[in-house]
Amino acid sequence: MSDIENRRFVPRDRNWHPAAHTPGYKTSAARSPRQSLVSLQTPTLSELSGPDFRHLHMGPHDNDLLLNFREDPQRSGLPIGERIIMHGRVIDQFGKPVPHTLVEMWQANAGGRYRHKKDQYLAPLDPGFGGVGRCLTDEQGWYRFRTIKPGPYPWPNDVNSWRPAHIHVSVMGPAISTRLITQMYFEGDPLIPLCPIVQTLRDPEAVATMVGRLDMAHSRTMDCLTWRFDLVVRGELQTWFENQR
Amino acid sequence: MQQPNAQPMADGVLRETASQTAGPYVHIGLALDIAGLPPREQEVWNRMAGDEAQGERIEVVGRVIDGNGDTVRDALLEAWQADANGEYQPRFDLDAPFNSFGRTAATVENDGEWQFLTVKPGAVALANGRQMAPHISLMVFARGINIHLNTRLYFEDEDDANAGCPIFNAIESPTRRQTLLARREEGDNGPRYRFDIRLQGEGETVFFDF
Ligand SMILES: [Fe+2]
Repeated sequence: MSDIENRRFVPRDRNWHPAAHTPGYKTSAARSPRQSLVSLQTPTLSELSGPDFRHLHMGPHDNDLLLNFREDPQRSGLPIGERIIMHGRVIDQFGKPVPHTLVEMWQANAGGRYRHKKDQYLAPLDPGFGGVGRCLTDEQGWYRFRTIKPGPYPWPNDVNSWRPAHIHVSVMGPAISTRLITQMYFEGDPLIPLCPIVQTLRDPEAVATMVGRLDMAHSRTMDCLTWRFDLVVRGELQTWFENQR
Repeated sequence: MQQPNAQPMADGVLRETASQTAGPYVHIGLALDIAGLPPREQEVWNRMAGDEAQGERIEVVGRVIDGNGDTVRDALLEAWQADANGEYQPRFDLDAPFNSFGRTAATVENDGEWQFLTVKPGAVALANGRQMAPHISLMVFARGINIHLNTRLYFEDEDDANAGCPIFNAIESPTRRQTLLARREEGDNGPRYRFDIRLQGEGETVFFDF
């Protein structure tokens, strides 16, 4: 384990990520710490290690949202909406692929409705769509999902706030230190700059890291469009010098 | 012309993908049962210790409480802990007696309480010869939390170990250290530790950056 203890990751830039307290996103007001984070100058095994999911048993359609849910298993029927492939690589800040890491995603259906007890939006549920996917990245860090493009939806924040179409994405990376949850937006969506959750980010370049790009080269003729979304997790630094203590 | 040495990041170093809240529907992706979705072949959930696991079996419960004193009913937590011998088990394998990683979520049915079924972790030895007191690393996700919060649960009945733990004592305020102590109570099936996470205000839990 001492190899793991010698690991160092590029420090997380807390000015790049959203602040905890972002009053424009109203729910953050009461859910954001007021005290400063306590920095661990020397992270320990507890932060530098993390789970390896290669032995988690997955089903054959766990990454195929067109096929992995039927409200009534006796009936067939594909989900309503634009068929898409969402794919990309998980790499670290030095461009190194992150192989065999768990990527999980969830999303609304084409009408902007989530299959969740708590979602009461007017748009109907789709009997052929659940909205969850997961997979491990391959040796080169690639992941892939087949799904439908989610719809935008209204939510209570400002009087008239709408979420741009988005897919929630969760990635573990090599350690607890690299854990990240984000959302993929769709290039060209006019709702992106209007969204109070997007606006929690101060730097437009940080927003750009969350925008999936149309990938015509990988689109399938007469079948589906493809969106490319790479995920960058904290980079593992080379340790050239050993500290004596 | 761009001044050399003025780049905030060295050439070729990418920025991390930015974080966004997990949102209120996180359960669809990470806690299917709570969303009302059918289980897949295997799910990552809160039973970290099976019947064969070595060590003292414990239940860990708590609530996440916001700045108004209200329970956060859509919080999702992830746990990472050593086994009873102080060793991490990175290989996630539901056939193994113990897994270092687990997930749980507050539920409305449970009045906003979350729960892990695990064993009490052992002290973790560091390469420099020191020991960290038994602890469970916790990551907190919820609607309104823009980037997940990292904390550690320590055990109130480990006074000596806590007093010698380099991380516990890296918290400058002794008062704030107390926010990381789980309280022992008698559970239905053995010891139960209660750990409430206060996001803001009085008794605000210590959150770490690393
Ligand atoms: Fe969403």
